[in-house]
Amino acid sequence: MGMTITEKILARASEKRIVSPGDVVFANVDKVMMHDVGGPGVWTVFQELKPIIGEVNKIWDPDRVWLAEDHFVPPIDRQSSENIKILEDFAKKYGIRKHFRYGIGQYGICHTLSYEEALVLPGEVYVGTDSHTNTTGVVGAFAAGLGHTDIAYVLVHGKTWFRVPETLLFRVDGELPSYSTAKDLSLAIIRDIGTDGANYKAMQFSGSAIKAMDIDERATLTNMSTEAGAKNAIIEPDERLLQYLRSRTDSPLKPVYGDENAEFSEIYEINAMTIEPLVAKPYSPGNVSSARELSDVEVDRVYIGSCTGGKLTDLRMAASVLKGRRVKVRTEIVPATQRIYMQALREGLIEIFLQSGALVGAPTCGLCFGGHMGVLRKGEVCISTTNRNFPGRMGDRESRTYLASPLTAAATAVTGKITDPRDLSG
Amino acid sequence: MEGILRGRVHKYGDNVDTDSIIPGRFLKEMDPKKLAEHTMEGIDPNFVTKVKPGDFVVAGKNFGCGSSREHAPIALRYSGIKAVLAKSFARIFYRNAIDGGHLIPIEIDEKIYEKLSDDDEIEVDVLKGVIRNLTKVEVYNMRPIPELVMEIIKAGGIFMFKRR
Ligand code: SF4
Repeated sequence: MGMTITEKILARASEKRIVSPGDVVFANVDKVMMHDVGGPGVWTVFQELKPIIGEVNKIWDPDRVWLAEDHFVPPIDRQSSENIKILEDFAKKYGIRKHFRYGIGQYGICHTLSYEEALVLPGEVYVGTDSHTNTTGVVGAFAAGLGHTDIAYVLVHGKTWFRVPETLLFRVDGELPSYSTAKDLSLAIIRDIGTDGANYKAMQFSGSAIKAMDIDERATLTNMSTEAGAKNAIIEPDERLLQYLRSRTDSPLKPVYGDENAEFSEIYEINAMTIEPLVAKPYSPGNVSSARELSDVEVDRVYIGSCTGGKLTDLRMAASVLKGRRVKVRTEIVPATQRIYMQALREGLIEIFLQSGALVGAPTCGLCFGGHMGVLRKGEVCISTTNRNFPGRMGDRESRTYLASPLTAAATAVTGKITDPRDLSG
Repeated sequence: MEGILRGRVHKYGDNVDTDSIIPGRFLKEMDPKKLAEHTMEGIDPNFVTKVKPGDFVVAGKNFGCGSSREHAPIALRYSGIKAVLAKSFARIFYRNAIDGGHLIPIEIDEKIYEKLSDDDEIEVDVLKGVIRNLTKVEVYNMRPIPELVMEIIKAGGIFMFKRR
């Protein structure tokens, strides 16, 4: 029996000829990421482990590790400033050179950087201190989030254990209607399989609708897989991806593909034509309605940003709606990285946003996790291009977040009520 | 590892996410005792006043879904929880609990979940895989813990675990 792409990558990494779902393997790790919450967490683990493993004076391979400052940047208070310092000390002590620092050139949200900077390549095993590390499966890598102790272990040993996941295949054919996006497709999938529908499993996306998507849109799918509980998400490399990466790195690319006769634990056939603008209501990404059904819901705030909805394609979508229009409610737009910010500026998107009355912020995770950038008060209602709407995710436990595509969020910014972008007049 | 745990049940429903266990704004907090002061704040603000060392959290499916924050099992651990009994766990929470040596995630079937009530006193024999409900005088079996996971739990975490 053949192997899926996920199984093939894990087999190679664990130096086995064949692995099957359910096997527990110790795999060699190719790349590791820590951000400004994870890095200090790993640092703390090293301190706590001193009595047991002694001082960690060097890590397994500093060139395979990279750091991103994204959650609490620019630092929101003294504690987060201290954490940035810890990350800097970490980089210095262990000789980590790839460190994306706010205020010094390119920096931004780790998951977007991971492929934008070609930090992770096809076929690699990649782990990071963040649950949306799955996103990076967009390059055809095995990408999964781990906690601090697990990452600390990888930094020392260069390996970790994985239970080889079953793979769910989502074959999406046909053309997405205009005004429907990868975000709407993701919400449709989570609605159908549930927020634990892919728990412990791999989600693989294929089909003509996926091929037609640019890399940013594909990354929305892999990103949102976390909200279905997936261990990892993956898309097999195609020429478009390889070209995207070649324009960003000189490293040789060694794409891995699943076997023809690979076995999937489930295959979902989706007709892209049926996907319409969708919204996830509080308090779960699986609590999905069509945007039209919610046209009575008034919002106080609009947030367009994050690793899900602050990429260049997302900003282009938002600008296509906001061009020549004015926002009616407070609207914050936060590019995911500095490079995206710059490109948005070149393309005139930033000017469109400012003209519309929206605020444009520096790259950061910001409001996505209720850290800063306009934390929601009690009772406040927000429509957001992010990925989670649990109670308290963006601020007060009694605030309410609706998750939507950049098109729907921008249309809502114009009317002040949840608006299907197809229904925006003029 | 203590083989037999004893304490009271604090019962919750499905999909208890990590933002409920420890809200995101506390993620910059590095002192585990301070973290513990906010355990379960997102779902049960009274949790920290009623929890006693050795108590159990009992939950439905997908416990610990959401962010990968190890702060979640750490906060539970430092508030006194030694094990969480749930119908299923989100994978990162599950790993963090085990590899960090923070607490023991125990999978239970729907039937056992129904039988365990808030405030029941229970005894959990991790090695034998048995749960005794001392309040209701009943005995249940937990789902077996996978071998590798059990070895890591016994070792007290991934760093103490020696691979054969
Ligand atoms: S933008 Fe949101 S989801 Fe993405 S890494 Fe930051 S906090 Fe997590």
